[in-house]
Formats: sequence, structure tokens, C-alpha cells
Amino acid sequence: MKKSKSAYSEPSKIGKKEHHIIVLWVDNEAGVLARVVGLFSGRGYNIDSLAVAEVDKKKHLSRITIVTIGTPEVIEQIKLQLKKLIPVHKVADFSRHDPKILFKELALFKLVATSKKQEKAKKICKKFNVVVLDKSKKSFVIQVTALRREIDKLIDNLKPLGLVSTSRTGAVAMTRGPEIFK
Amino acid sequence: MPKLFTGAEIVFKCLEDQKVEYIFGYPGGAVLPIYDELKNHKSIKHILARHEQGAGHAAEGYARSSGKPGILLVTSGPGATNAVTALADAYMDSIPLVCISGQVPTHLIGTDAFQECDTTGITRPCTKHNWLVKDVNNLSDIIHQAFEVATTGRPGPVLVDIPKDIQFKKGRYKFTKNKLFKKVNGKVSKKVNSKDIDKFIEMIKKSSKPIFYTGGGVINSGPNASKLLRELVSLTGFPITSTLQGLGAYPGDDPQFLGMLGMHGTYEANNAMHDCDLMINIGARFDDRITGKIDEFSPASKKIHVDIDPSSVGKNVKVDLAVISDVNELLENLIKKFKEKNKNFLNSNKQKTSKWWMQIEKWRTKKSLNFINSEKTIKPQHAVQRLYELTKHKDTFITTEVGQHQMWAAQHYKFNKPNRWMTSGGLGTMGFGLPAAVGVQVAQPGKLVIDIAGEASVLMTIQEMSTAVQYRLPIKIFILNNEYMGMVRQWQELLHDKNYSESYSEALPDFVKLAEAYGCVGIRASKPSELDEKIEEMINIDKPVIFDCVVDKEENCYPMIPSGKPHNQMLLGPQDEKEEVSDEGKALV
Repeated sequence: MKKSKSAYSEPSKIGKKEHHIIVLWVDNEAGVLARVVGLFSGRGYNIDSLAVAEVDKKKHLSRITIVTIGTPEVIEQIKLQLKKLIPVHKVADFSRHDPKILFKELALFKLVATSKKQEKAKKICKKFNVVVLDKSKKSFVIQVTALRREIDKLIDNLKPLGLVSTSRTGAVAMTRGPEIFK
Repeated sequence: MPKLFTGAEIVFKCLEDQKVEYIFGYPGGAVLPIYDELKNHKSIKHILARHEQGAGHAAEGYARSSGKPGILLVTSGPGATNAVTALADAYMDSIPLVCISGQVPTHLIGTDAFQECDTTGITRPCTKHNWLVKDVNNLSDIIHQAFEVATTGRPGPVLVDIPKDIQFKKGRYKFTKNKLFKKVNGKVSKKVNSKDIDKFIEMIKKSSKPIFYTGGGVINSGPNASKLLRELVSLTGFPITSTLQGLGAYPGDDPQFLGMLGMHGTYEANNAMHDCDLMINIGARFDDRITGKIDEFSPASKKIHVDIDPSSVGKNVKVDLAVISDVNELLENLIKKFKEKNKNFLNSNKQKTSKWWMQIEKWRTKKSLNFINSEKTIKPQHAVQRLYELTKHKDTFITTEVGQHQMWAAQHYKFNKPNRWMTSGGLGTMGFGLPAAVGVQVAQPGKLVIDIAGEASVLMTIQEMSTAVQYRLPIKIFILNNEYMGMVRQWQELLHDKNYSESYSEALPDFVKLAEAYGCVGIRASKPSELDEKIEEMINIDKPVIFDCVVDKEENCYPMIPSGKPHNQMLLGPQDEKEEVSDEGKALV
């Protein structure tokens, strides 16, 4: 048997990890994002992506959307720990495979390419609400909204067509139907 | 026009309205306006520590022994960073502290000004919440909210960082009382569900091998919670064990009490935890020093967990019934309902648990806290036992440092009341006990306050003897002096092939002379025959005392769950070491 000289016990078996989208409504005050992000890094939780902006100017409420990965126990801990933060009002948690939830990410691509290649690129992006934001003879900037994995795929496909720069947001989420999360 | 006050005045108006009597602190450039204002507020007394960490632990000692929040006042930069250990300690053990720190003037923040540091950034992970005050008109709201956050829900430390210009500026004072009253962490808590209570009682009735496992949450819930706990335990006739932090909530000399559990807990407590069919956790958090190997933790039991902090439930151990509640509130409801429906439970249930009690008595015969006494050298366990016997008739308050002496104190000193035992459990802060004793004595004038210490720990904050002398606080520092960092030495002996790397202090001060240098009394005992007489002498001196108790240098702390082992595989003493701590046992210390 392997000798262990730790003052702590060995880690036990780790359960299956799942992607979750955590949405939280917070007071838009100084340091609030640091509190949330610090909680994740301090407790060893993962952040895949992060999107944050004020959504209610009068009440100074911001909505933070975090994509994270963890075992069901860890996801539960994340929610409970977040709820303890003073500026956090409510916390919602959605599985990535929940059919009731809409997710979207926005990406901007800059391509340096001939107009022929530009047309080809537009075709590839067609399904994803493509908008041309800037166009010159040698280059263009397009915007798409899609799921994370779709954008990943687009990046792969656009590379041979002259993709030189990518900028993308974290995912944002919203429930389908008339209900809102309380 | 409402009357305007300076920021410094507002700080004191808040403290007065919060009925603060004592501040523990240390002045410096960025808090001078607040210190200047001190003279105008006679109801608030300032205790000048010798180091901000000392001030912080003193505030903790005050809070732990009185149930009131401890107030800490420090300057910017090093003042704040020195306070961090105390804040982290209070955070781990759920102790309410309100720390007010000075900050460089607003226009200099971010310029690397003299004695500037990012105080709110540094203290964010070791406080429940913190604030940087940007507008003097928000100051009173922030301080009052700080008190509420610190004292409601699961208590803990908070920090308010006040730039120097805000302390001078004039603004309005507001005091809206109890804005977040009865809320958990500033959030609404649910009332205890009556279905949960029914299920709770059902589980109690079904069980034939039950055990209560109680913790610091009972202490934090106030003295009434301890009373109710005693009532519930005697109503059910079930055995009870306690965590380190919960000692005193239930009388240590009661026959239903199995002693402390965990890494250095008793054989009967740990085996009962392992074999029980119902575990009733009240105000404890399944800490890793308690559970041992988590996969084999109490495998056959149903578990009930009562905790005020929702994030404590299911963090380490899955439970069958979770009740999110203040202990006092839960116990009140539970006992009321239990009594209504189960009039003669104790007698009718005796049969059901009789086998269980027989088993417990069998474990008890191991007498796991026994040690081989000596007539030549003072055994540390013997010293604690004698100290207990000679002080138990008084209402004695015990603080400790961290290490072997702390475990021996927990094992051999029996507590009968809550708030009499102040120890750094979660963070394990060496140097906690001496300044904590200062704070305890401030809160408990006239009472006997003893810091059971180790010589290594106590040297970390020894400067606070000066504080004790200045305020005539007759604290007793009872040092179990074995010249080693004893717990480190023990682990090195058991796990690291007796390579005593840097755990021996080759130079130590003469503690008797040191005491005299500080202006207190020094006593040394090195023979068992003189121990009692010297302890009596210490108790009778109405001044701070440093007691240098020269003990066996190589005594180990038993019993012990070796690292990586479940509760039912304890080491009882040196005779077990050879076979059991061969290979796999080495990990668990």
C-alpha cells in the first residue's frame, strides 16, 4: 500500500461532472463581481464563461450568467454559497440540457479575405443570425449569435477563410414561455 | 436642516446605539480622527493591544465568552493585514466581530500611498461581508448593517473600511433598528416546517442506536439553546457527544455524555458515531477532523442535520433530514411537540436502547483517555486534570492555543456551561489563547480566566501580557512546556520516521523571568509533587501569572484516529502504534 504522509484524508471518488448555467441577480455595487468570482476561485469552482451587465438602472440590479462545470454536489454548494453573499438577491441554476432554457452567445469575427472568401464565410454563418458590421475590400467583421459549441465549430470553419480575430461573450440565458424565475 | 456629524462622530454614535462597551484596537495614521473622538464617549472603553492580531483575538475572546459582537479598530495597511488572522479565525468558528479599519484618503486610494493596502480585497474571503465607505452619508447605514450581518444567521466577522477624509467629513446620522431582523445572512429564513419536526420525532422513535452530535451552533444560539439541549437529551435518554467547539453546551461530567468526538475524541464517542443507526447533528458541520475517512463515516445511520447555514448541509456528508434553523428555535418547537405526544418516552423506550447503552459501556471500559502517570515528570494530561480539579468549583473560563495542549485541555477539562471554553478550532491559530484570555477577562471581570497554552504557541502573541498588565487583567497563562511544537513532533514521530525537522525550540525564554519583565508573576512547576501547591498559588494571585509547567517532552496525544481511517479504527496509545501505524495509517493524522 502506498504510504501517505498527508495530515488530511485521501480524496474519495468523484462523481460525474455536468455543465450548469448559474444566473444571479446582484446589487450593482463596487466589488460585487470580485465577490462572486472570488468565491469561485477560492473554493476551487470552475468558470467556463461569464457575462455580466446591469439590467435594472433604477434598482441598480445586475444579472450575472456563469457557465460552470461540477458534480451535482459541487453545483449545489455553488448555489448555496452564492446565496450567502450579501449583495446577491436570487440565484437560478439550469442544466445545459434543460429544454426550457434558451442560451445564446455572441461572437464577432474579423476576416482578412477576398470578396469570394467573404461570401463563403457568410454562407457558413448563415444559420446564426449573421450581421455584417464592417466591410472593406480586404476585410470584414461579422457578428453571429449562437450556442457555444456552434461558435466553436464556426471558428474552425472560418480559419481557412482568413479569420484573424475572434471576440466572444459569455453565454446568457432566459427561460422559455411566460414564466420568469423568482 | 438635520444636524451634521463628522465621520468619526458617526462611528461612535453607531457604536453607542449598538451598546458597545469595549473596543480592542491599535491606533495609526489613518484612524487618528476616530481615536481623537474617543475621549468624548465615556461609555466606550478602548483596550490597547500590542499587535492588531492580539486585538483581534481579544475581541474574539470577548465575543466567544459573552455572546456579544467583538469590536476591533485598526489602522490602514499593516494594521489591517495584521488583523487578517483574527478575522479568518472568527470566520471559521462563526464568531461575530465588527472590524473598523482606517484607509488612506479617498483621493489617494490606488496610488500606493503610505500604509495603503487593498483592505476590502484582502479581507473579502475571510469576512461575511465588507464595505469601503465612499460617502459619509452612508456611513451610519453601513455600520449598522455591519452589526446585523455579523450577528444574524451564522455569525461571523465583518469589516468597514473608512478612508481618512470620510472620518473628517460631515454628514447625516441615521439609525433604523433591526432592518434585517431575524434574517439569515441578511436574507429571509424560513420558519421551521412542522412536517420536518414530525419526521424528526418519527426518526427518534424508530431508532435503537441513536446519538446526538452537537457543535458550536448550540453555543452560538445562546445559553437557552444549551438548556433546551439538556432537556431534549434527558427526555430521550440518548447518548450525546460534542465537537471541540461545542464543549460546554452539555455538562462534561454527565453520564449520558460520551466526551468529545473526532481525531482526538474518546473511543466510545467515535465508535458510537460509527455504529449508530441515527445521528442527530445539532449545530455542527461534519468537519474533516470529525468525520475521518468520509467514505466510511457512520455507514449505517440515518442522519439529521440542524444548521442555520444552508451551505453547511450536504457539503461533506449527505443527510436524510436537513433542518435549516437556529438551534434554539428548532429545539423549542421540537421539545414542545415531542412532549405533547410522547409522555412517557424515556421509560417506554429504555428497552429499545438498552443494548446500545450496554455496547457503549463496553467501549467505555477501554478508558481511552487514560495515560501512564509518572512520579518523576509531570505528565501534561495530569497537569490539566489537576488544574480542573482545583478550579472546577469556580466559574472558570478556559482559552487555549493550538496543539497537543489544546487537545489535552479538551479531553481532561470538563465544562458544565456554555461560553466557558474558547479555542481556535477551524483555523487552528497558534497564539490565539493569550490575547483571547485578555478579551475574556474584559468581558468577565472577577472571574478566573486561564489560558492553557503550549510554549511554542504562546510565544506568538506573548506581547499581549503587556495589555493584561496595563488593564490589570489577572489572566493566568498555564504553559505545558515540553520545548517542542508537540503536535508537529507527534506527527513527525508517527508519520515521518521520527525526523523531528525544526520542531524543537533550542532556545526558549525563562518564562518566570519573562513574567517578571512584563510586570506579572512567574511560577514554575517541574515536579508532580509540587504541582497542586503551585496551581493553588497561581489561582490566589490577583495579577496576571505565567505558569511554566515543565512537562514530559515526548508525551503523545491519544486516543487518535490515524489519517485516512474511519471512526472505529482508533489508536489508543503507544502500544497500538507499532502494528497499526505501519503503512496505511500514516495518512490520517
